Amino acid sequence: MKRLFILAFLAGGPVFAQTDLLSNLDAEPTTRPVTATFKSTRLLNGHTVETIKAKHLDFRISHRFDRINKGVDEFFGLDYATVRLGLEYGINDNLTFGIGRSTIEKNLDSYLKARLIRQTKGSRSFPVTISALGTLALDPRKPAQGGEFKVYSERLVGSGHLLIARKVSESFSLQLMPTAIFRPSPVKPGQTQVIPSVGIGGRLKFNKRMSINAEYYWVDQNRLKTGQPFATYNPIALGLDIETGGHVFQLIFTNSFGMIEKQFLTQTGGAFGGQFEKGDIHFGFSVSRTFSFDH
Amino acid sequence: MNLRTLLLVAVPALAMNITASAQVLSASKGESKFFSETPLENIAAANSKVKAALNPATNQLAVKMAMTDFEFPNKLMQEHFNENYIESEKYPNASFEGTINEKIDWKKPGTYPVTAKGMFEIHGVKQPRTLTGKLTIEPGKITLVSDFIVALEAHKIEVPKLVMMKIAEQIKVQNKVEFANKG
Repeated sequence: MKRLFILAFLAGGPVFAQTDLLSNLDAEPTTRPVTATFKSTRLLNGHTVETIKAKHLDFRISHRFDRINKGVDEFFGLDYATVRLGLEYGINDNLTFGIGRSTIEKNLDSYLKARLIRQTKGSRSFPVTISALGTLALDPRKPAQGGEFKVYSERLVGSGHLLIARKVSESFSLQLMPTAIFRPSPVKPGQTQVIPSVGIGGRLKFNKRMSINAEYYWVDQNRLKTGQPFATYNPIALGLDIETGGHVFQLIFTNSFGMIEKQFLTQTGGAFGGQFEKGDIHFGFSVSRTFSFDH
Repeated sequence: MNLRTLLLVAVPALAMNITASAQVLSASKGESKFFSETPLENIAAANSKVKAALNPATNQLAVKMAMTDFEFPNKLMQEHFNENYIESEKYPNASFEGTINEKIDWKKPGTYPVTAKGMFEIHGVKQPRTLTGKLTIEPGKITLVSDFIVALEAHKIEVPKLVMMKIAEQIKVQNKVEFANKG
């Protein structure tokens, strides 16, 4: 008993026994969220775990040029460009809503992204950030514009994603994207076909404001090719992020012509992309500008 | 370890514990605010988790704060502050360690202008500084207030040319720490 009594005093310890005041101020371990796993809401073609900050509006202008291997006559693809204009709003720090309009097939798209859990470090650390993403694309074209649909639901293609990312170090982040694509069945009219897919991507920051990004999605091509007149390929992309405070510039090289989930996951092929290894590569870039409605 | 050796260690440790904690005052909810003012944009942020220790016997003073505890109204600015300017992953804290120059009668209530000479560190760059402030001694508490300027260049905090017009080169900092006055 006596012994325990003394031990209890010992455990109390000399709190400020030394004159070095500063080292006694070392913070007790607290739990802190890991921030800025990626610079932008997009890795390259697809999304990152990042959301738009509360009450911020992100205006995103994206371009894809034609294939580089079209050669000098087409100015290496730069003679022809497609655009996606997007507006994305942070409802709160963990919930983002976005809409967009693409040149390709005049598609309208929307998405909702929720950050479910954040990577934390400190006393209660958690290894990854997880966000859930749902996207929906609508093809609004009239028959004269090439929109031939038997029923309205055939105009819709959706996708659901889990985005799981880890900021491994200050300069290296990795992300895994299990995905399900929902599209109108090409063989059974009026029914929805589910196509599994999984993506992997990452970034390597080489200075405070620039990073090299890479992204690859595997899509179940056996299911995807049923009833399609052209071959499709898995989308792959390499690029560069340049952040200048409020603006993020993203340069991209990819085999996909489309810039939304529906297009790069299900339409990389035919007129809309090709085989990366054969040089069917499109150059493109995005500029995103964030406006604050805080004050 | 027998009882005697235990006592031999425990008693001096305990004694130090009592005397030291009677001498050194500490605070963990100090406030630090900074302001960057330019014609184009005003930026302000506040940290309310500033830690400080004060030894009235020796006039020694230490202040320390985590950069990630600075709260900005604009969260994108907060991210940029941590990621691009202050690099809080590499340099997590700012601190000041020094000694108050004036002789203070810690028992006598009143307000005293004070100066403290010591080392100020932010963004991993240490600079010898003499900070001026005001010390208020009241029966229940001792309040230390100090305003000073941090020059970004002196601490190697880089501002890219594109946003140079929006961020002041001289950042105003206001600090306030309250110690419970037991003496």
